[in-house]
Amino acid sequence: MNLELPIYLDNNATTPMDPRVLEAMLPYFVEKFGNAASRNHSFGWVAEEAVDYAREQVAKLINADPKEIILTSGATEADNLAIKGVFEMYATKGDHVITCTTEHKAVLDTCKHIEKLGGHVTYLDVKEDGLIDLEELKNAITDKTILISIMYGNNETGVIQPVREISAIARKHGILFFTDATQAVGKIPVDVNADGIDLMAFSAHKMYGPKGVGALYVRRKNPRVKVTAQMDGGGHERGMRSGTLNVPAIVGFGKACELCMNEMESEAKRLSVMRDRLETSLMELEETYVNGTREHRLPHTANISFKYVEGEGLMMGFNKNIALSSGSACTSASLEPSYVLKALGLGDDLAHSSLRFGLGRFTTDEQIDFTITAIKDTVIKLREMSPLWEMFKEGVDINAIEWAHH
Amino acid sequence: MAYSEKVIDHYSNPKNVGTLDKAKVNVGTGLVGAPECGDVMRLQIEVDEESGLISDAKFKTFGCGSAIASSSLATEWLKGKTVDQALAIDNMDIVEELNLPPVKIHCSVLAEDAIKAAINDYRVKNGLPELVAEKKAH
Repeated sequence: MNLELPIYLDNNATTPMDPRVLEAMLPYFVEKFGNAASRNHSFGWVAEEAVDYAREQVAKLINADPKEIILTSGATEADNLAIKGVFEMYATKGDHVITCTTEHKAVLDTCKHIEKLGGHVTYLDVKEDGLIDLEELKNAITDKTILISIMYGNNETGVIQPVREISAIARKHGILFFTDATQAVGKIPVDVNADGIDLMAFSAHKMYGPKGVGALYVRRKNPRVKVTAQMDGGGHERGMRSGTLNVPAIVGFGKACELCMNEMESEAKRLSVMRDRLETSLMELEETYVNGTREHRLPHTANISFKYVEGEGLMMGFNKNIALSSGSACTSASLEPSYVLKALGLGDDLAHSSLRFGLGRFTTDEQIDFTITAIKDTVIKLREMSPLWEMFKEGVDINAIEWAHH
Repeated sequence: MAYSEKVIDHYSNPKNVGTLDKAKVNVGTGLVGAPECGDVMRLQIEVDEESGLISDAKFKTFGCGSAIASSSLATEWLKGKTVDQALAIDNMDIVEELNLPPVKIHCSVLAEDAIKAAINDYRVKNGLPELVAEKKAH
């Protein structure tokens, strides 16, 4: 077996760029360097043409019209533009936004920001399976609600929210529906029309494209949606996002979308088979739990807690050879375990014991085999070292112990 | 964040992992930390009653690599010391020895707490008053 190490299983953080994407981008750095806004010469025309083509490729992947694609620096900017932009644009209609507790920080912190501006935000809890409760959503709606912001697929658990049901509720009440689909677009079919999406954020670097480029989809018809620009300047992107277009990155984004369009279906199948195999093998270990519903889930993501071992300690056993993420506090700057896992009702101890696996286009069966063995070995070794495991084995109720919290 | 070589070495080849018979009167057991905080250390000492020296020390730790290394190192240092000498082990000695970065200092504090808790358990079992340790910030 010729296995190259280290193995990358953190594709929810970022994906490697597909070499075909790089190839498409290369001419636009030196040779075709024009500003897409230069209307009076061929350098500008060439750049504009490339952007137009990429915009079509991006639009096609989500079944949108190219005019509905506002190119941004990535999903964080698109999240900001959607939420702040709607909040400003529809201020006369209301000031209430509904979102949920497992959203990405780019959404949650933007919501916090509009609260500071005097807006009101409802943060829906999720159920144990990671899904929101549609009845709770309905009950949260007021006559001041202007926006529902619920993500498509979760970055930590892969849980896919019932987007069509949510959009139907939004539509019925004349409320706009925005979804952060960063992890979903390019991985599973996302169709802004069939899904009833009014605004949608997504990013190139999660789908084998370059970093620093993404898009906000803004619906133009039924209803026509507008957002107030958050960056003022030359009036690019239909006045919604000024700034000279990053032509090579946009070309790469377009190519990445085209590749996903063509390969997504078979890739999703291949990855879900590998993911399920990884999961089933690891679940052979006692006291091992999958976090979030396994039914409505992105095909490439698995989030697993190995009770009685700590995530960072666990990763140290193999992080020379395998790159992945943990919900453990020790891996975050805040020293708090994952708020997403806690929102699912996991105790801090299980959140500390979690690993997130993000498979991708370049993940192989050999890599999965290696990973299964390495993780199993490390879990067993660390449990032998864990006082909690010993107590569990002796039948001691760990929750009954009075722990000294520090 | 990269780990120091010493942390990696203790993590890969931990010294003195195991369990002593906590029912024995010359064994002191300290259990510190909390599962919700992401680290729990159990440290045990066995005191040779004739010489007064710590003849054996064992640990089990639930936690990150630095927590495991801190407790592994602590057991190494404890062996052969008198109980009084053991009391003098300071968390900063562990920080220095393992090159722990600032965010991992709490692991060394926990190890020191575990040593003190084990010694107190031993003292109480042997009819000596419990020592009140100065509280260190975690």
